[in-house]
Amino acid sequence: MKKRKAVVDQKACVSCGSCVKVCPKRALSIYKGLYAQVDEERCVGCKKCAKECPASIIEIVALEVPA
Amino acid sequence: MKQQKHWYDYLFILTPIYIGLGFFNILFAWVGLVFFFAPLILACTRWNKVYCNLLCDRGQFFTLLGGRFGLSRKRDMPKWMRSKAFRYGFLVFFLVMFLVMLWNTYLVFAGARDLAQVVKLLWTFKVPWHFAYHGTVFSPGVAQFAFGFYSIMLTSTLIGLVMMALFKPRSWCVFCPMGTMTQLICKAKAGKQG
Repeated sequence: MKKRKAVVDQKACVSCGSCVKVCPKRALSIYKGLYAQVDEERCVGCKKCAKECPASIIEIVALEVPA
Repeated sequence: MKQQKHWYDYLFILTPIYIGLGFFNILFAWVGLVFFFAPLILACTRWNKVYCNLLCDRGQFFTLLGGRFGLSRKRDMPKWMRSKAFRYGFLVFFLVMFLVMLWNTYLVFAGARDLAQVVKLLWTFKVPWHFAYHGTVFSPGVAQFAFGFYSIMLTSTLIGLVMMALFKPRSWCVFCPMGTMTQLICKAKAGKQG
């Protein structure tokens, strides 16, 4: 089964935390000040983070998840 | 799930207060050193990027104006502006201009140059700012630093506002020199740990 999830381009992430603030599911966190990390269990692919990200480096991708 | 509001969610108020105070007495500019040292000190501790993530008044201010007040087009920034080259290039430029500012302050301290009661916008345009200077009991160099530092703060706030209006609310964060420096510190720390 495929589900839409947020995917972060971690090399380009400036770890500003905008995405963390808008995520309604608390699926995002800034890992050690390096980049944003998505908790795929929590992410519902709502796209709020992708819209907010000033560097526009979050994409919503259909990922294969266990049914 | 609505996220709960914390005391630090209201720090956006510091941006207009800081900029506003500079119109009345330039010496208030010294307070702005907190916005410089707090992120760097925090980045050196286990708090990493907590300044950018939760505390940055400017980021919150842009989020408020660009988000709730709708003063942002919310478009993607041009690719070159999001590139690493631009980000690090801007950091170098910013630091060089900062050193120039410190040098000018030193010249006034040393008595080699008179106090210039101007705010330099965009490192270029000298705006008369004598109305916010009422003398100092210290060396005129103390006031010169205030003018210089306030110039940097006002300039970067203005650039940030333009970025907010043209692109996304927090577009400034993409090449904010403080953010670049704190992330570099975090990268250095992570590298050490292997």
